[in-house]
Amino acid sequence: MSGYRLPGGGAIDRTRPLGFSFDGRPFQGYAGDTLASALLAEGVGLVARSFKYHRPRGVVTAGSEEPNALVELRTGARREPNTKATTVEIYDGLKAASQNRWPSLGFDVGAVNSLLSPVFVAGFYYKTFMWPAAFWEKVYEPAIRKAAGLGRGAGLPDPDLYEKANAFCDVLVIGGGPAGLAAALAAGRSGARTILADEDFLFGGRLNAERLEIAEKAGADWAAEAVAELASLPHVTLMPRTTVFGVYDGETYAALERVADHLAVPPPHQPRQRLWRIQARQSVLAAGAIERPLVFGGNDRPGVMSAAAVRAYLNRFAVAPGRRAAVFTTGDDGWKTVADLIEAGVEIAAVIDARTGIAHDHEALAAAHDIRLFAGAVVTGTRGGRALHAVQIRDAGGGTRTIACDLLAVAGGWNPNVALSTHLGGKPEWRADIAGFVPGPALPPGMAVAGACAGRMNLGDCLADGFRLGAAATGTTPPEAPETGPDATTATPLWRIAGTRGKCFVDFQHDVTDRDVALAAREGFRSVEHLKRYTTLGMATDQGKTANLNGHALMAALTGRGIAETGTTRFRPPYVPVAIGALAGPHRGPDFKPTRLTAAHGFSAEMGAVFTEAGQWLRPQYYPRPGESDWLESVTREVKAVRGDVGICDVSTLGRIEIQGPDARHLLDLAYCNMFSTLAVGRARYGVMLREDGFVMDDGTTARLGPEHFVMSTTTANAARVMQHLDFLRQVLRPEWDVQCASATEHWAMFAVAGPRSRALLQDLLGDAFDVAGLPHMGAAEFRWGRARVRLFRLSFSGERAYEIAVPARFGQALMRRICDLGATPYGTEALGVMRIEKGHVSGPELNGQTTAADLGLGRMMSKKKDFIGRVLAGRPGLCDPARPALVGLKPVDRGRRLRGGGHFLRPGAAPVIANAEGHVTSAAYSPGLGHWIALGLLAHGPSRHGETMLVHDPLRDGDTLVEICDPVFLDPEGSRLHA
Amino acid sequence: MRLSCPFCGPRDSAEFTILGDAGVTRPDPDAPDAPAAFFEAVYLRDNPAGPHREYWYHGAGCRQWLVVGRDTVTHEIFDVTLARRP
Ligand SMILES: [Zn+2]
Repeated sequence: MSGYRLPGGGAIDRTRPLGFSFDGRPFQGYAGDTLASALLAEGVGLVARSFKYHRPRGVVTAGSEEPNALVELRTGARREPNTKATTVEIYDGLKAASQNRWPSLGFDVGAVNSLLSPVFVAGFYYKTFMWPAAFWEKVYEPAIRKAAGLGRGAGLPDPDLYEKANAFCDVLVIGGGPAGLAAALAAGRSGARTILADEDFLFGGRLNAERLEIAEKAGADWAAEAVAELASLPHVTLMPRTTVFGVYDGETYAALERVADHLAVPPPHQPRQRLWRIQARQSVLAAGAIERPLVFGGNDRPGVMSAAAVRAYLNRFAVAPGRRAAVFTTGDDGWKTVADLIEAGVEIAAVIDARTGIAHDHEALAAAHDIRLFAGAVVTGTRGGRALHAVQIRDAGGGTRTIACDLLAVAGGWNPNVALSTHLGGKPEWRADIAGFVPGPALPPGMAVAGACAGRMNLGDCLADGFRLGAAATGTTPPEAPETGPDATTATPLWRIAGTRGKCFVDFQHDVTDRDVALAAREGFRSVEHLKRYTTLGMATDQGKTANLNGHALMAALTGRGIAETGTTRFRPPYVPVAIGALAGPHRGPDFKPTRLTAAHGFSAEMGAVFTEAGQWLRPQYYPRPGESDWLESVTREVKAVRGDVGICDVSTLGRIEIQGPDARHLLDLAYCNMFSTLAVGRARYGVMLREDGFVMDDGTTARLGPEHFVMSTTTANAARVMQHLDFLRQVLRPEWDVQCASATEHWAMFAVAGPRSRALLQDLLGDAFDVAGLPHMGAAEFRWGRARVRLFRLSFSGERAYEIAVPARFGQALMRRICDLGATPYGTEALGVMRIEKGHVSGPELNGQTTAADLGLGRMMSKKKDFIGRVLAGRPGLCDPARPALVGLKPVDRGRRLRGGGHFLRPGAAPVIANAEGHVTSAAYSPGLGHWIALGLLAHGPSRHGETMLVHDPLRDGDTLVEICDPVFLDPEGSRLHA
Repeated sequence: MRLSCPFCGPRDSAEFTILGDAGVTRPDPDAPDAPAAFFEAVYLRDNPAGPHREYWYHGAGCRQWLVVGRDTVTHEIFDVTLARRP
């Protein structure tokens, strides 16, 4: 093939030449070119190697259905594999490269796969690489991946931005060809909010590719005028370069807008692509149709091209894809290509029309231009290596001829582009009159199908359809459709050509041939779904847009069934491949989810805090000081400061829920396993909440601030879940109760102030506003302090005298700073953890969703005087079994050894197998007070085994450690420090 | 998918969380067969193909528990009502 640029015409801007390169060679195209049209204009026919057999491949289509011309685009971090040259807009400096070839596109070692093709037939994965199984990962898969494949990812972080956006409209028109433009005009003129989306950068569809007439104007000019009118309508949004790729429940459509793919680098602050979620009351699917290939020997040779694509290159891009063309057609459509080739001055070697009765005007056209016409003939093979040199035909009399040509335009009929109509399970219907599947009656709600997509192939019908459905979607009267020139499109299907030579490809992208289909039929994989999995027909990135029907028709013939009976597979989103980067949008790296910061975050950062993630929150983990060599040294200092003086910890991340109403106490009694209705005003109580299945869900402290007012604390992790649970209890289980809940987590900043000097410090802080000494253990008070409302609770997680002080969030940072100024040492979650382990308090690692209150030593909290969520099932024999692992403390027998969470308990001498495991270590810490490591664990029959020696088996880290089982409260079991 | 919340109107499904079968009621905890009844209610759930009534929570909206009538095969939503019965 040796394409060239035509001297005039086309929708390209010859005043804007653009330089680009392919495989390092410099070329030139024009603004308005795709990479495919520019390469064809430069005479480049070979652009790719095929997936399995590494066969030389050229451009076959002029659209997103392209199976062959997949290239790597750009370089470095922006390198992107598997982009379709037929949809890539060129820009100055574009670098493209062929893929799946080594060492070069022209000479590819992998082409030897062609000789091994008996090995690579359908089902070869299943048959060839069965044994031995261990070979799969180490030998077969790497070898196959090296030999076959589809391009290379960049392997570097994507430097570009991606955006997500929402759009709402009354009418979404999908496809901007004649039917889509008409639909958008009808809807837009009515004043309805209308979106017209087209994957192309130029609206008009086939009007740009054909020489058609509308209202005595060139079709492309009519399209340009329609677009201008649409652009002037206030409620119409034109979305070029936007592919609607999925249809979802609730009239939701997903679309990808390629904002900056046609530029070297996105403009500042612009995304490269934008993912749209479009809510459309109505949609008009005007996705057009795709010309199908014909199945004959060597039909994949570069130079064999869709006849409609040839017209697109001639008319839209002013490119002749070859110098001496042959046209192989099964209907009138191929004759349009004949006419356009004549018009462009391309020599026509022959027209091969598979029909015997050829219309007189076609015959006359051939005669007038001295073109050899073979009626009732078929192409049986192609000649050439990396480019087409000749085709072999069998004429009506059975004679064989060879015709030299470098371009073969193939018109096999049209398949309506039904993909989006099937995303919600719609089943395409067979239409014998057009020999194609059209969308069935079960369309996605709100969708109507117009034009060629609905099987109406004629231009006049497309326009009428568009006007009618655009008007119907808005309840208006359709405008009168303009006059169109003649546009006959009939085709007689030709599914298989007998007696051809060479490989006959059905699925170009996955290298599936007619023999693969035949093998599948012989081996019993006869349903279209089995055929698909067994041969991989239609499973490539193009989802078999050009391949499926040919494969299914072959299967129908082989099994003696009709095509309607054989059926077709459904398409799934996305219609075209969508980059993961676009789906992720801005949600990547640390922006994957929101980061929540406490009110005093800035102050903690100022104090040098190291932060740790707790769900979406960042919490200070510890506050290293100059001279401290590691985290343990910092944490030990913080613990000592609390136990010996006073410390402050930001606990604002704990969930807080305001509960108010006459039935607030009843709600708490139902939610918590222990009693809350007896709690006095001004007091707080620790509570444990179960799930209905009897396991612990959450714990925390709830204070009663008034007769009908409680404030609940939850763990950081379960804040949202507890809120949802309380809402369920009060709205669904007890709707008759008068009680309201509100989340107040973000409204308050809260700090634990702990240590023997905590009372004195707070009194200094609050002055006359509050008598701190008067607040008893587990007391709660609310009072005003200057401009701030303050809540003060006397609670202790550390075992020291301690308070929790809460102020409205806007005062949080100032309060923490002030308390530190008064001498409190800030401490983080690590020191908090050390002190709670020393006191045997349970936390996240113990509240793991698999523990009961009894397992945690809290069994006696479960009230026998009232109902509560989880009561009945917590009484199941299995949950009351004393053999269940229950909370214990542990100390290393060798006090110098370190303990870690996660190790399993074994009796000393027992084999290290899971059957012998009697529980596991949940939390471990270095206790500065005791001078050695301590831990909590869950051990079978735990409470009755204090004093026993067990082995902690930890094969992943420090090996085995002997531990002494003890009471989980390591420090101050009598609780005297609370009152220090 | 979108749900039409009685308070908030049609909203994206990402704002909601599903709990499950709204046909299950909490048994009487004081009935003699309470353990069996609770076991049934908590663990033995049907998974019908077709119409189903489910509890959904509009956590990112009005924070109301809703009962959604939904076809588990076609995803068609018949109705959305407040779970709280006045
Ligand atoms: Zn709502």
